[in-house]
Amino acid sequence: MEWLLALVIGVLTATGVYLTLRARTFPVVLGLTLLAYGVNVFLFAMGRLTIGYPAVIDPAAETYSDPLPQALVLTAIVIAFGMTAFLIVLALKARGELGNDHVDGLDLAEDELPLEKRNYTKEQKQHSKLIQQESKE
Amino acid sequence: MHLAAWPVFLPLIAGFIVLFAKAKGLLWQRVINLLAVSGLIILSVALIKESSSGAHQVYLLGNWVAPFGIVLVLDQLSALMVAITSVLALAALAYAIATDTDANGAHFHVMFLILLFGLNGAFLTGDLFNLFVFFEVLLLASYGLLLHGGGRLRTKAGLHYVIINMVGATLFLFAVGALYGILGTLNIADMAAKVAVLPEQDSALVAAAGLLLLVVFGIKAALFPLYLWMPIAYSNTAAPVAALFAIMTKVGLYAIIRVHGTIFGDDAGSLANYYMPWLLGLGLLTLMLAAFAVMASTKLREQVAYLVLASVAILLIAVGLNNLLALSASLYYIIHSTLIAGGLFLLADIISRGRGSFEDRFETGYAMPGAILIGAMFMFGAVAITGIPPLSGFFGKVLILSASLDHEWSGLVLGVVLVASFLMIITMARTGSLLFYNVLPASETDTTSADNDASSEAPNRISVIAVISLFAMSPLMVLFAQPITAFTESAAKQQLDSKRYIESVLSKQAVEAGKE
Repeated sequence: MEWLLALVIGVLTATGVYLTLRARTFPVVLGLTLLAYGVNVFLFAMGRLTIGYPAVIDPAAETYSDPLPQALVLTAIVIAFGMTAFLIVLALKARGELGNDHVDGLDLAEDELPLEKRNYTKEQKQHSKLIQQESKE
Repeated sequence: MHLAAWPVFLPLIAGFIVLFAKAKGLLWQRVINLLAVSGLIILSVALIKESSSGAHQVYLLGNWVAPFGIVLVLDQLSALMVAITSVLALAALAYAIATDTDANGAHFHVMFLILLFGLNGAFLTGDLFNLFVFFEVLLLASYGLLLHGGGRLRTKAGLHYVIINMVGATLFLFAVGALYGILGTLNIADMAAKVAVLPEQDSALVAAAGLLLLVVFGIKAALFPLYLWMPIAYSNTAAPVAALFAIMTKVGLYAIIRVHGTIFGDDAGSLANYYMPWLLGLGLLTLMLAAFAVMASTKLREQVAYLVLASVAILLIAVGLNNLLALSASLYYIIHSTLIAGGLFLLADIISRGRGSFEDRFETGYAMPGAILIGAMFMFGAVAITGIPPLSGFFGKVLILSASLDHEWSGLVLGVVLVASFLMIITMARTGSLLFYNVLPASETDTTSADNDASSEAPNRISVIAVISLFAMSPLMVLFAQPITAFTESAAKQQLDSKRYIESVLSKQAVEAGKE
């Protein structure tokens, strides 16, 4: 049971870190979301894993599961949710104002430049011309 | 007594009222906000008076006893931080109103007050998770303020700022979770008591979590290598917001002093002060890089942002020296650097408006209206922030350097601080002569000057008064250096005495029903 949970936290965090380091805003948003999931599970696990015990006072129970991490996780979920919503709106605003969805750079992205200015090889240029013609047809 | 809770709740309540006053128009919002911030100044005077007895005032939220509930703790350090915040906030608000910055978008006043709510909460809380929540409150308000007014560069800077702070929030939660998993508590006083009797096998994990927390606070305080977001964000936002943000880097520093200083203080056994070399070394590195960046800046606002970074670095060095005199000196320097940096951001905006289309870029432009007054103010601010006698920056640096003499790294500290200050003095002299002496002659200005004059703005009287009142704190701090250093020294003593902090928080009894 513990190894499964540890594995989940590790995978969530690793993918989160990888995506956060990407250059475009959408993967970054996804990465931050995954990081938030990872940290929520981690916080929950820090109250130790118990199965079938109540978190609030019950005279019949022999022991309790720790209620505090559950409260922390609830708070953390709400905050991460709000922040992610804000970030998505900001990323959309940045896409509109900066003309691209790169995390940094006012310049246009490679594939948003006019075709002549792109730093493509000949084959790539022909290929993207073909694609453009196809999409027009 | 509810005194410790008022600075937290007053801006929150005022924020709600301003939100509803939006329908009544901008004038009402301004009046309510000014009243609330003036109220905060009066409150902070009361707080300083109350705390100067040297006892910790503990406020149990919801009447829950300490390790189980959340407490607010008022001591001299937190009272001082609340006081600096409210003085800075009043000047920034006056400037925002005088220049109509608050009319550039909705909800300026609401976010301003919520930012104060988060700041005061972070200064007063005695609970680590509550500190996280207040950090998020102040960050969310600061996101809104940073983007206030809009614009391409501002949006880009805002995106970086939001992303790096969200990563910081995640790291904060990892650190909090790890500390809770071992210590079983989140109350700072209780954590300090638990760390003092920590079994040997757990100490490595607690040390790692503590350093993770240092990374989080390092992001806020703009510690190398985590400072890159800061000059971009500060130099691209509206001037009153940048001025108010001068306190934001100090929040990170305050959190290091409060959380690390209490939990990993002298009584922490094998973990006592283990983070100090990190603070000192990275502080020295940050200061050197900040001095180079001040020299390399191409815009005045960017330069001021790097000057703020340099002042934070000096503070980190002072805290990293880890002795009573250095901590006391750093508190003196916090007051000085926050208020002067706030004033410089406002002044940079006045200069930028006065130079019309040249803005604040370091290019030879036309003389600005009121150049003599603005130039005198600039020289005053530059003298204060770079630390030339007779203003408070000099005294702060002398106090810090004389406290470093007994430290084993004293040669390095003296060398780096003096060289960095020297570089900054030269650069500020160059900036001043470029902006005020080396101007294009008026005779050449035929057709272009007409456009230029149209876009350049004479300084507004209230905005000049806001800057002067912030700068006036510097000579006042020199004149009243004796009572101020006495206060900072007793605040530093109180902060270093973590045993008394633990005792007063954990021994606080709940109020019985019907009694005050």
